[in-house]
Amino acid sequence: MRFTFDGADYDARPGDTLAAALLRNKIHLMGRSFKYHRPRGVLASGAEEPNALVEIDRGGARRTPNLRATVVEVFDGMVARSQNRTPSLRFDIGAVNDLLAPFLPAGFYYKTFMWPVGAWARLYEPMIRRAAGLGRAPELADTDRYTQRFAHCDVLVIGSGPAGLAAATEAAATGIRVILCDEQAAFGGSLLSDPSEALATQLAALFANPRVTMLSRTTAFGIYGDNLVGLAERVTDHLPDPHPALPRERLWQVRAKRIVVAAGAIERPLVFPGNDRPGIMLGDAARIFARRYGANPGTNAVVVTACDTGADVARDLAASGIVIARLVDLREGFRVTGTHGRLRVSSIEIDRGGTRETIACDFVAMCGGWTPSIHLYSQAGGKPRFDPGIGAFVPGTEVTGLTCVGACAGDMPPAYRAGVAPVNAEGRAFVDWQNDVTAKDLKLATREGFRSIEHVKRYTTTGMATDQGKTSNINALGIVAGALGATIPEIGLTTFRTPYTPVTFGTLAGLSRGDLFDPVRTTPMHEWEMARGAVFEDVGAWKRARYYPRQGEDMHTAVARECRLVRDTVGMFDASTLGKIEVVGPDAAEFMNRVYINAWTKLAPGRCRYGVMLGENGFVMDDGVVGRLAQDRFHVTTTTGGAARVLAFMEDYRQTEWPELRVWLTSATEQWAVIAVQGPRARDVLMPLVDGQDISAVAMPHMSVVEGTMLGIEMRLFRVSFSGELGFEVNVPADYGHAIWEAIWDRVQVYEGGAYGTEAMHVLRAEKGFIIVGQETDGTVTPDDVGLGWAIGKAKKDFIGKRSLTRSGMTGPRRQLVGLRTDDPATVLEEGAQITATIEDRRPLGHVTSAYGGTTVGHSIALAMIEDGRARVGATLQVRMPNGAIPVHVTAPVFYDPEGARLDA
Amino acid sequence: MPDALLPLGLLQRRGPLDNAAPIPGVSIAPPLRRVSLHSDLSFYAGIALPRTPLRAVVSDNTAILWLGPEEWLVLAPERDPVTYGYGSVVDVSHRQIGLEITGPNAATLLNAACPLDLALTAFPVGACTRTVFAKAQIVLWRRAEHRFHIDVARSFAAYVHAMLREAAMEFSATV
Repeated sequence: MRFTFDGADYDARPGDTLAAALLRNKIHLMGRSFKYHRPRGVLASGAEEPNALVEIDRGGARRTPNLRATVVEVFDGMVARSQNRTPSLRFDIGAVNDLLAPFLPAGFYYKTFMWPVGAWARLYEPMIRRAAGLGRAPELADTDRYTQRFAHCDVLVIGSGPAGLAAATEAAATGIRVILCDEQAAFGGSLLSDPSEALATQLAALFANPRVTMLSRTTAFGIYGDNLVGLAERVTDHLPDPHPALPRERLWQVRAKRIVVAAGAIERPLVFPGNDRPGIMLGDAARIFARRYGANPGTNAVVVTACDTGADVARDLAASGIVIARLVDLREGFRVTGTHGRLRVSSIEIDRGGTRETIACDFVAMCGGWTPSIHLYSQAGGKPRFDPGIGAFVPGTEVTGLTCVGACAGDMPPAYRAGVAPVNAEGRAFVDWQNDVTAKDLKLATREGFRSIEHVKRYTTTGMATDQGKTSNINALGIVAGALGATIPEIGLTTFRTPYTPVTFGTLAGLSRGDLFDPVRTTPMHEWEMARGAVFEDVGAWKRARYYPRQGEDMHTAVARECRLVRDTVGMFDASTLGKIEVVGPDAAEFMNRVYINAWTKLAPGRCRYGVMLGENGFVMDDGVVGRLAQDRFHVTTTTGGAARVLAFMEDYRQTEWPELRVWLTSATEQWAVIAVQGPRARDVLMPLVDGQDISAVAMPHMSVVEGTMLGIEMRLFRVSFSGELGFEVNVPADYGHAIWEAIWDRVQVYEGGAYGTEAMHVLRAEKGFIIVGQETDGTVTPDDVGLGWAIGKAKKDFIGKRSLTRSGMTGPRRQLVGLRTDDPATVLEEGAQITATIEDRRPLGHVTSAYGGTTVGHSIALAMIEDGRARVGATLQVRMPNGAIPVHVTAPVFYDPEGARLDA
Repeated sequence: MPDALLPLGLLQRRGPLDNAAPIPGVSIAPPLRRVSLHSDLSFYAGIALPRTPLRAVVSDNTAILWLGPEEWLVLAPERDPVTYGYGSVVDVSHRQIGLEITGPNAATLLNAACPLDLALTAFPVGACTRTVFAKAQIVLWRRAEHRFHIDVARSFAAYVHAMLREAAMEFSATV
């Protein structure tokens, strides 16, 4: 296999990570550090890697920054690049930051960039952000696909090292459902350095078991409530030419009865001056590169150790043909005092009792002990405890449904139990490689008064990089504890947060992007409306036709024309989105009496009533026309936006407060396509279509309902009006909505009428002073405030909200619905504008709730809620518009046909 | 005269998925008679109502799905009339549309956006429930090991169908 890194061509072997392939090609310099642009090589061999962040470019939008070279799998033809360097990795002008390091200590930007005021945002922050950083963010929309999958299992095993494999094998043997996931390409964890027949046999048995799901390249990145675990599976990133139908990544949301965390442990680096040079890496990483990948990190090694694993590492490296120049055991009184080599380590200085020695080498292996990976345990709510023998935190309290096994539980051989390694904080001794935090920075923070590890972390940014301090946290705690003369348990531990390693936005979004980001709800007449050039507005998830502009018309002209049609002849309107609830049962009327402020008992079948519903607080919650179809059956309509809420509200009362009532609720919103036909010719339009139904004014007066057929199709016909004109609302089964609409359309054409949208509907209703819940009301409005006191069934013993209507503050001078007129009939007030008594008086009396031009009454109109408004009719007030106050005259809220004669036509 | 004006034959019905491109393993159910039944009785139209929560009974061509205490969904051929007189009977034939998901990948496909455990032990043949598919509420009914019926509100049908198409795409790929 061939690949390129920064334009140069290299060989790789199947199974290589990018880091392994580069090391085999003798490339140690893989990145530049975040802040100081120091040359960096690979520190680790897995997901914990802080240094070797690269960009993989698959062309076009498929460019991914900030990938760890230690987990990127090489494929033939891969293009990889280093990051955060200009112009090249070997010569990076940003490295000037490193020379300025004495002036850039922890928190330098808090102290340095104080003046002049305003320069921070304009000058300093952009400058700092340019100078420091990670990779280039992608600029094109992601063209890859991402999918998601929900899964359930009895046991989810996270990690397939020896402990995880044993747990999975044991669980699978009982016949239960098992999922085994591992972040690496191959299963086996630490066993992969010594592949054995036993491993192959154990894996084959798991793969052959149909009740076991094996997920490689899959990171368990977070544990959420009730044992829900997020897994990110990388499906195609390792393939040179993936099938286009495959997702790039797949999010698994696994609900596991039991979680077994077998996440292993992460080796700790040692803190000494110059410990970040390329070629200085963790001992276990060196061993893995040499033995698993056959990629010796060099030929001449110094092993520095604080524990017994150093001897194992030295032995294994030697077995791979590497000369061990020295095994330096810090427990024998040695200190590392420095390293040399510009782009790769060339020698290391050690000191014992004042005797200095420089040892030539081409790489250094550090063995600082092991930190159990308790990230998931901690996310699940576990409280870790400090184990001084290990020198790190291990699982403490029990977590229900979760077990830690193996090294992450602190179960490790004695040689790995290293305690906290000694630190030499002189010079540039790095603790957090990725955020360029040194031991001195941490000590400085304690000198400046920071005592809590949470504060030290935020001040120095230690542990706050994308690696979340996997290799640095314990060393940082040790240094802070030492500086404060406290113990590590006293200093505490910062919180482990999801995700364990970075997860792409694509994986989290899954299919929910573009057109599928949210459901788009359309009515049965939507295609017709589209074809007629309707402009739509979003109402909740619905698309509603707002107006139908003709050639050359703007919204204002179109709406004015549509209003005129309804007043002069006839208009038709798609009202399908209105919520509909069928309330059925012997106790239906009693139920209605309790839910609505109105009285329902005496409403005869075939008649309608305008219903108003309050919350327990006595404020208007929803409204709509209700038709009584039979003694035991009501057809209730709600606002479009309130449909689901109102049904849930009613259902809640039905089930929990009044279980004794024999009444049931059914959502019928989508059963019916609803076509409002409004205007003086509405009856003429419908007459030939209603299959002989008598819809004369006598047979079907305003606020009545009949069931019949229209052109042979089942129909519920309401005589109702939200426009103030003679009006009907035709309900037909939704599949026939389009055909019936077209049939009515043909009839409307006969009378030179047309379709109108929600905007004209709003204007027409405002001319009549009909409120819209959510526009005139805002959750603090009583029925009387909006002139609906008449609707309250006075004789009723109770209804929801009744008691609240008499509590203090609900009567007396409140804001009330009024109309407003301006001197200039063309001036349209701003909805939401505040109203005051005079220009000088700035105390708000209320606000404009609706305002329209393009009306049929010859002047602009507005509705407003004004303190004691009804008593102010005739007064002049001031509306505070953006360009100054405008005088307005308070009127009754009805501008058109106040007697309502046209309704009864 | 209405007939002269517009012959009945021209009243074309239109479903929300009439123009949807086909998806392998997903078919659109024919129009059904749907009754939302709420009742404290034991029978509907001569069929004993299922009393076991989340289970459907099938009698001839009629399926009755238990959806909640005192709540069932009746699915029958469209030609069947609605029978009133049993608690609350509401014809919701046009409120929803049916989708049939079939094939060995059916459960996996549903789990792309439905969080339920669809193992046969957890959701056996005959199980039915309200649940979600991505951001849409659906009724899900397992008719056979590899056959599911989805009933979804008509305005969410296009969304659910498009989601299924996207999710089903990977089954056409071989790694």
